[in-house]
Amino acid sequence: MSDSLWNIFIGSSLINNFVLAYFLGICPFLGVSAKMETATKMGGAVTFVMLISSMCAYGIHAFLVAINAPFLQLISFIVVIASTVQLVEMFVKKMSPTLFKALGIFLPLITTNCAILGLALFQTSKGYNFLESFVYALGAAAGFTLALILIAGLREQLEFAEVPKTVKGAALTLLIAGILSMAFMGFSGLSF
Amino acid sequence: MSAEDKNINQGSLQMANAKPSTDEFIKGLWRDNPVFVQVLGMCPVLAVSNTALNALAMGLATTFVLLMSNILVSLLRNFIPKQVRIASYILIIATFVTITDYAIQAISVELHKSLGAFISLIVVNCLILSRAEAFASKNTLGKSIADALGMGLGFVFALFCLGAVREILGSGTFFDIALFPSGFQEWVVMILPAGGFFTLAIWLLIFNVFKERKQKDE
Repeated sequence: MSDSLWNIFIGSSLINNFVLAYFLGICPFLGVSAKMETATKMGGAVTFVMLISSMCAYGIHAFLVAINAPFLQLISFIVVIASTVQLVEMFVKKMSPTLFKALGIFLPLITTNCAILGLALFQTSKGYNFLESFVYALGAAAGFTLALILIAGLREQLEFAEVPKTVKGAALTLLIAGILSMAFMGFSGLSF
Repeated sequence: MSAEDKNINQGSLQMANAKPSTDEFIKGLWRDNPVFVQVLGMCPVLAVSNTALNALAMGLATTFVLLMSNILVSLLRNFIPKQVRIASYILIIATFVTITDYAIQAISVELHKSLGAFISLIVVNCLILSRAEAFASKNTLGKSIADALGMGLGFVFALFCLGAVREILGSGTFFDIALFPSGFQEWVVMILPAGGFFTLAIWLLIFNVFKERKQKDE
């Protein structure tokens, strides 16, 4: 691997931002980005699940290669992600009931967040080692949280703007996302 | 998938229960179009719609998985315990996605490369899971097949609308056939991620305008 860890981090968080360049995790991006507070919490929960499932995915991939059964990859990844989410849910419920209440339905829905499965698949296809996978997951999570917070901030401001009724809702959010995505293209010069 | 989407699904389910199978088929195509009306399964819609061919292939792959998983879920609906139903649905879906993944690789390596990880990501397409949970688990086999075909073709239709616009404007071609004389300046932004967001936003706008007109008429 010629990539330095710093390059991997910048690459996955800014240049190839999971939401704005790879279109992963659009569902929560559209659904939970109306308020700053929920967006931040969602970002935190996704970060946690991403880090754990990325490490598990590394182990599983190594194991499946060892027993020569790569066709089981997808099924085992999704099972690991689903159980990680379940584990996180139980852990949060036990440790901090207030946080559990605040996250509500968003916790179990993380299972169907494509950003997490996408992360596991990308790190495998890029052949990252354990440390590189971890940094990649960290970058992806940071990028996801950043995009979510940025759009939530913009949408909160737009509450006060007079928008035609037809444009309101998903269409408007997608337009903002498009503009943000163009802005993020400016980061493509950052890799060095 | 937001709570709002769930409500829409359940609403359409209750309406649909009293009607024949042909209606299940048509509702997915237009009235409850998964992309333009329900706004489900956005990730593949935006990611692989940079050419019409990619969009079509992705749409058909998703339809196949949706159809097979709806059939299996509908057949097993009386055997799967309620507590583990979501996990079972996901396993069923993941199995068919793996089959599709290998099938596409066998048919065309080039296509497999251009679709990349997004074939595997069909697993987490909220559209498929929501149809399994909201429809196939509560309805007979025939109705579930009609529903899957309607929703699937609606998804193909939406993906194709996006892919065609993006390819024509972004590369000046349609299914790799050049459309314009050589002086045509391509809109590079349409091929880039930003173009995907803009095109989808504009299609949603068009659908919203139609919906509002209809409401006014009534």
